[in-house]
Amino acid sequence: MNLTQPFWPAVLGRLDLDSLDFLKVFFHPTLNDVILSGAAWAVLVGGVLGVAVLSYFKLWGPMWRNYLVSVDHKRIGIMYIVLALIMLARGVVEGVVMRTQQADGLGGGFLSANHYAQLFSTHGTIMIFFMAMPFLTGLINIVVPLQIGARDVSFPMLNSVSLGLTVSGAALIMISLVLGEFSTGGWTAYPPYTEMSFQPGVGPDYWIWSLILAGVGSTLTGINFVVTIFKERAPGMTLMRMPMFTWTALCASILLIFALPPLTVAALMLAADRYLDFHFFTNALGGNMMNFANLVWLFGHPEVYILILPAFGVYSEIVATYSGKRLYGYGSLVVATMSIAILSFTVWLHHFFTMGQDANVNAAFGIATMLIGIPTGVKVYDWMATMYRGRVRMTVPMIYLSSFMVLFVLGGLSGIILANPSIDFQVHNTLFLVAHFHNMLIPGLLFGMLAGYTYWFPKVFGFRLNDRWGYISAYSWIVGFVLVFFPLYVVGLMGMTRRTVSYVDPAYQPWMLMSGVGAIFVTVALAALVVQLYVSIRERNYTRDIGGDPWDARTLEWATPSPLPAYNFAVIPHVHAREAFAVAKEAGRGYQEPTGYADIHLPGDTYMGVIMAVFGTAFGFGMIWYMWWLAVVSFAVMAVAFIVRALRGDRAAITIPAAQVEAEHKAWLAQVRTVTPVTRERELEHANHGVAAPETKEVAA
Amino acid sequence: MSHAATMEPAGQNPGLTFGAEHAHDHDHAGKALSGFWLFMMSDLIIFGLFFATYGTMLVPMSFAGGPTPKELFEIPGAAMETAALLTSTLTFGFASLAVKYNFAKGKVLGWLAITLALGMVFLGLEISEFARMFAEGAVPQRSGFLSSFFGLVPLHGAHVTAGSIWLIMMMVQIARGGITDSVRSRLARLALFWHFLDIIWIGIFSVVYLGGLA
Ligand code: HEM
Ligand SMILES: [Cu+2]
Repeated sequence: MNLTQPFWPAVLGRLDLDSLDFLKVFFHPTLNDVILSGAAWAVLVGGVLGVAVLSYFKLWGPMWRNYLVSVDHKRIGIMYIVLALIMLARGVVEGVVMRTQQADGLGGGFLSANHYAQLFSTHGTIMIFFMAMPFLTGLINIVVPLQIGARDVSFPMLNSVSLGLTVSGAALIMISLVLGEFSTGGWTAYPPYTEMSFQPGVGPDYWIWSLILAGVGSTLTGINFVVTIFKERAPGMTLMRMPMFTWTALCASILLIFALPPLTVAALMLAADRYLDFHFFTNALGGNMMNFANLVWLFGHPEVYILILPAFGVYSEIVATYSGKRLYGYGSLVVATMSIAILSFTVWLHHFFTMGQDANVNAAFGIATMLIGIPTGVKVYDWMATMYRGRVRMTVPMIYLSSFMVLFVLGGLSGIILANPSIDFQVHNTLFLVAHFHNMLIPGLLFGMLAGYTYWFPKVFGFRLNDRWGYISAYSWIVGFVLVFFPLYVVGLMGMTRRTVSYVDPAYQPWMLMSGVGAIFVTVALAALVVQLYVSIRERNYTRDIGGDPWDARTLEWATPSPLPAYNFAVIPHVHAREAFAVAKEAGRGYQEPTGYADIHLPGDTYMGVIMAVFGTAFGFGMIWYMWWLAVVSFAVMAVAFIVRALRGDRAAITIPAAQVEAEHKAWLAQVRTVTPVTRERELEHANHGVAAPETKEVAA
Repeated sequence: MSHAATMEPAGQNPGLTFGAEHAHDHDHAGKALSGFWLFMMSDLIIFGLFFATYGTMLVPMSFAGGPTPKELFEIPGAAMETAALLTSTLTFGFASLAVKYNFAKGKVLGWLAITLALGMVFLGLEISEFARMFAEGAVPQRSGFLSSFFGLVPLHGAHVTAGSIWLIMMMVQIARGGITDSVRSRLARLALFWHFLDIIWIGIFSVVYLGGLA
């Protein structure tokens, strides 16, 4: 470090008084700045409140011991989903603020253009990388090892590292509310607008470092789950016996491994441009921004399938369970999933039909895009055929599923429209596109995740979620979604551009008001989720899931106690059929005594996840604010931690003696026998304690 | 995998059975190696994208009036780097063989030391090459083409540096604990990594240096 430099700039980089967003309101008390500072205060107060609650209920110790240092895949999954729900709340609030602005946006509104731009940039970035990705990663973490009959993932320590890196990315985005501003370049951050010449501030740097950190974490997750699925399956669990969710998790993990690198490369190159004055994407001296567009969408399109495939997996599980029938067309679903995964790499160019390639290239990518409709259509038919003549129960996940099947098909149709380059030239960059992708992401991804959350919640926590508030939330999401986004198709066709703070054409206004009303329903839906969680915890004694199988489900994870012991299975099951648990139950052999027990070895706790989260955040923060010392020190800490851990190995591994496993398992089996089995009629009542009574054949057939 | 299914008569075991856990195979080395292969695939894509970017920058617009490949590159330097790295792959191969045939740990350490030395020679040559380019004004800030060159080639160099650090760690581990199972498993992965970097370098030598002068 240069010693002639003044001291404080060397320590604090470019952080100064003006960067403190929570003070802005005192200098310029306009509504815009009140909202800006309000958000900063919300983060600060939320943080303080969180600390206070943890301290008051003396939860620091349990949280540290049971969660932060844990490598248990279920605990890690829970932490991912908690992160996703927190970020969902922020993302939805931002969406609602944007809708309110545009409802009021004829000729002005209350937000500045810059503030609106930050909102859609953070909203998009958060929803994709810090809501959707952690949510699906969390579900995969919780469910996949159980579905394949494993005790944990192949690399438990690395799993914790992935989580830590994801958290550090999310933390940086939260910090951007309090210190400095976020990028105004949208979630895709196209240069040259995100280069130094247009945005010299910290905004794009927040985008760069939070995505690089989270991206590395996701790549590691992909590797971890591909190996887990290939190497950790129980005896007899052949590939073609794997539950559909595991198949989609496998395909999504493969996509993570191959699709994340382009994003990392794009972000690194943009960083080189911004920090070292390179010319990858600049206007001057031979940069070429088209390279960025290609890189980002080479990632971006497979990414949308990373998001949607696990949701398809969830839908495949719940449709079979809540229809009381074997999943229809298993083989075709597997093939369709694989085809989608492969095709997803061949269509990226449809995101920039208008950016200069010739008509033949556009036509080729347009056709490839339309082809994806085929395997997707196959899936929808399979789900419908599964429901046909099934014992269908319209539970909350099934509400999500059925609305998904209608709405997703509509969204897919608007996608087919957009895949035609000549039409795309008319509507690209309008709100038609915004309507289209929300139409895929909300009924597809978000509903799928919420359905999975409702479905597996009892497995993880040992009690069911309240269904009354679940229905309220689900219906509000559906109504809210339709009201918010269908009008956007209309104004999009009328020519209203996306990413625009206000408008002058009064013809847009009625549609914007309608969309604003929809935002109220969306807010209710989010609130209902919070209430649901609260009510469910309060009433948990009435909804205990003792038998571990509250939905008369079909796959391996339901053959275990709820909540699960750390080792998942007292004895590793031997699998003789697809939907093995359903087959066993049908033969009256649902809860068998194992023939013997053995000691169980489990990996030990690790500090690596916490180290990654804390020093990853510090590293990104140092880079963003030019506090070079902080970046260097944090990076060194992470590297040394890795090396030390590699040299020392897992020194905390634990062994659970066979006798203890046997005692716990026998106690559970004895408890199960005391529970009265319930039929599907009474599935949602307090009488359901997780043991399913066999359905009469005529009904179940 | 299916031994359990065949051991017991199928009709009796619908769906699931819970046999006592026989030696459930914990193939740590195999898992680690699979994971490492996947990591390298993803790393390969990173290199591929840097190559592709470099390819798009070989046009007058991206030279931006600055130096072109023909003016910049010299075969002798790059050839020497190539020789050093290729030889290091050979010597690493000898180290792997020494491990495989249970030679004394001194032999293993010797081959690894030679490999490391060759890696250092490579890095030294590369750095002096960059220094020469810098002195001629061919800095990454000069043009899009040079940015992409300094994106691609030093990325490989950084990988070799990381590989060398890993090599040193392995040598320490062997010197202290001998050739344990964990050493074998790690050395297999490092070997893979080292040979992988060799292949990348062959790409760089062909595309960047030979291609640039063609
Ligand atoms: C739940 C209610 C939601 C509301 C009210 C909402 C609202 C909005 C609004 C108003 C925009 C900006 C439109 C513009 O002016 O260009 C936007 C953009 C976006 N939203 Fe949402 N959204 C919601 C959910 C989601 C979800 C669940 C996702 C993804 C999983 C998502 C991903 C995005 C993305 C990627 C953008 C583009 C950002 C950009 O332009 O760079 N949104 N959303
Ligand atoms: Cu796409």
